[in-house]
Amino acid sequence: MILDAIMTAIGVQDWTYILVGLTFALYIGIAIWSRASSTKDFYVAGGGVSPWANGMATAADWMSAASFISMAGIISFAGYDGAVYLMGWTGGYVLLALMLAPYLRKFGKFTVPDFIGDRYYSNTARIVAVICALLVSFTYVAGQMRGVGIVFSRFLEVDINAGVIIGMFIVLFYAVLGGMKGITYTQVAQYCVLIFAFMVPAIFISFQMTGNLIPQLGFGSELTDGSGYLLDKLDGLSSELGFSEYTEGSKSTIDVFAITLALMVGTAGLPHVIVRFFTVKRVRDARKSAGIALLLIVLLYTTAPAVAVFARTNMIETVSNKPYANMPEWFKKWETTGLISFEDKNDDGNIQYVADATKNELTVDRDIMVLANPEIAKLPNWVIALVAAGGLAAALSTAAGLLLVISASVSHDLIKKVIKPSISEKGELVAARLSAVGAVVVAGYYGIHPPGFVAAVVALAFGLAAASFFPAIILGIFYKRMNKEGAIAGMVIGIVAMLLYMIKYKLGWFDDTLPDKSEWWFGISPEGFGTVAMVLNFVVSITIMKFTKAPPEGVQEIVENIRIPSGAGEASSH
Amino acid sequence: MTKKDKAKAYWRENIKYVLILLAIWFLVSYGAGILFKDELNTIKVAGFKLGFWFAQQGSMYVFVILIFAYVHLMNKLDKKYGYDS
Repeated sequence: MILDAIMTAIGVQDWTYILVGLTFALYIGIAIWSRASSTKDFYVAGGGVSPWANGMATAADWMSAASFISMAGIISFAGYDGAVYLMGWTGGYVLLALMLAPYLRKFGKFTVPDFIGDRYYSNTARIVAVICALLVSFTYVAGQMRGVGIVFSRFLEVDINAGVIIGMFIVLFYAVLGGMKGITYTQVAQYCVLIFAFMVPAIFISFQMTGNLIPQLGFGSELTDGSGYLLDKLDGLSSELGFSEYTEGSKSTIDVFAITLALMVGTAGLPHVIVRFFTVKRVRDARKSAGIALLLIVLLYTTAPAVAVFARTNMIETVSNKPYANMPEWFKKWETTGLISFEDKNDDGNIQYVADATKNELTVDRDIMVLANPEIAKLPNWVIALVAAGGLAAALSTAAGLLLVISASVSHDLIKKVIKPSISEKGELVAARLSAVGAVVVAGYYGIHPPGFVAAVVALAFGLAAASFFPAIILGIFYKRMNKEGAIAGMVIGIVAMLLYMIKYKLGWFDDTLPDKSEWWFGISPEGFGTVAMVLNFVVSITIMKFTKAPPEGVQEIVENIRIPSGAGEASSH
Repeated sequence: MTKKDKAKAYWRENIKYVLILLAIWFLVSYGAGILFKDELNTIKVAGFKLGFWFAQQGSMYVFVILIFAYVHLMNKLDKKYGYDS
């Protein structure tokens, strides 16, 4: 009872300070405890991480600010079409576990460009891979720093820029000090924070609306007020207001197919995900930890569509055709942040929320669906504050993983392998730390001054990874005859095709205006074009390979060797 | 069996597992969740239209099961060929 009284007496703001402060102290404590003392510690956490720890770290690394804050909101507005993200961002782990992770672990080096460079016996291939890795990681990380800034500004009411700078210092501290080792163990803690923060409000709301404690089942259940199945009700509400039925969606089948495939293959080709599987001890651990990672990711990803349905229904019922003057407190609060705006076009004092843009009076930012959801459902203060701590955990863990890829690309793939092979272990560790500092500063800069195209490009990082790395790695493992000429040509043409399509149809830099959807090739959006570029990469690689000479004996032996799980030495730089 | 033959036989069995599991992977996500979703949507299980459920729930559960099935099959295969050291 006393505890209850205290819990309600503390306001949202103070709860947020308490929870964010406690979690930050935890991350810093872990970082100090797990300092890196060698390059092996720094790049692959010493290579002795257990499958469970690696699975949790991979899940936190994977689930970014976008997964935590934006995904449920996107689904909420997209309905069925939201499935491209759900399937696309989970299905790639099947490819990873079955076709990449075990072999790359057996190969036993530090980075993805390491594999490309050695397998294709060429520093040109290595450098192409480094450029692809940097391109993918930088576009991705800028979005994370922005996410940190947004959470700070909305929940703690500090300026977005101050938020970015605070976030930079926290990441800098544990990424530079601990390298992969520090990152891995803080990510384990961050997974716990973010999953708890996501599940608690979801369970509360599911129980409130459907009487079912499990959100995954709740959104397929009947409502407690006896008005039938929740999804039927939402379908009805949606068509009443002129939107397409929630469970039907509006994208074309071919585009849904292409986007899903591009995201899956892109996931399997993202360097910051792949590199996590270098940190476990044995090949069998790599397989198992991919399974654990996906299990932990799917826990959130199957909850998100439920949250989307709860939030959408709640929101429509709260606002639709209701007097503006009677709106609850959260509505006013989010109005001041500009995330909700109301314009009374017909001057009747009521809110018309409809699909027809000329009559619609309400604009809602999709991020609200997760950030404001607990308030909309009138949950306790501590639950509302928890969302801030969860969002920060998601953004920081992903940012740290990406920064490590960037620093390893520079200190290991460029300096150690190309520019100055004679560098000492100590020198390389210093270089790794300095490049991590440099990467944080650049990421922070883009967090504070986001170039207009960053948001557009983050989603396309997957297309870039699908168009470049995935075919080169798969062919490197499964096709012994694949040679450097084929692989390099494939990567270059794949990534250039993806970039050109993106520039023309997403950014519109080639024309005065953005070309219309009807001009898309085969009706495939820029987000789905990674699939086409990937196919192009495969075709080019194999064609060129047919006309050029087979790789040397030694390389063919490497391929035979990585196909056998036993005798996986520890990850090494030589 | 020579060392090389053994490695080859192991690889062939591995590829067979991978192909079977990937076929299931394709069927639940691209098949049930995308290409045939309209047909499946005519079937309802509790409040879920089946195509919608596969797209937003079912395919993800199957993905998890597929990886653990592969882990199990490969651990057995490693043992059979003596690669489990």
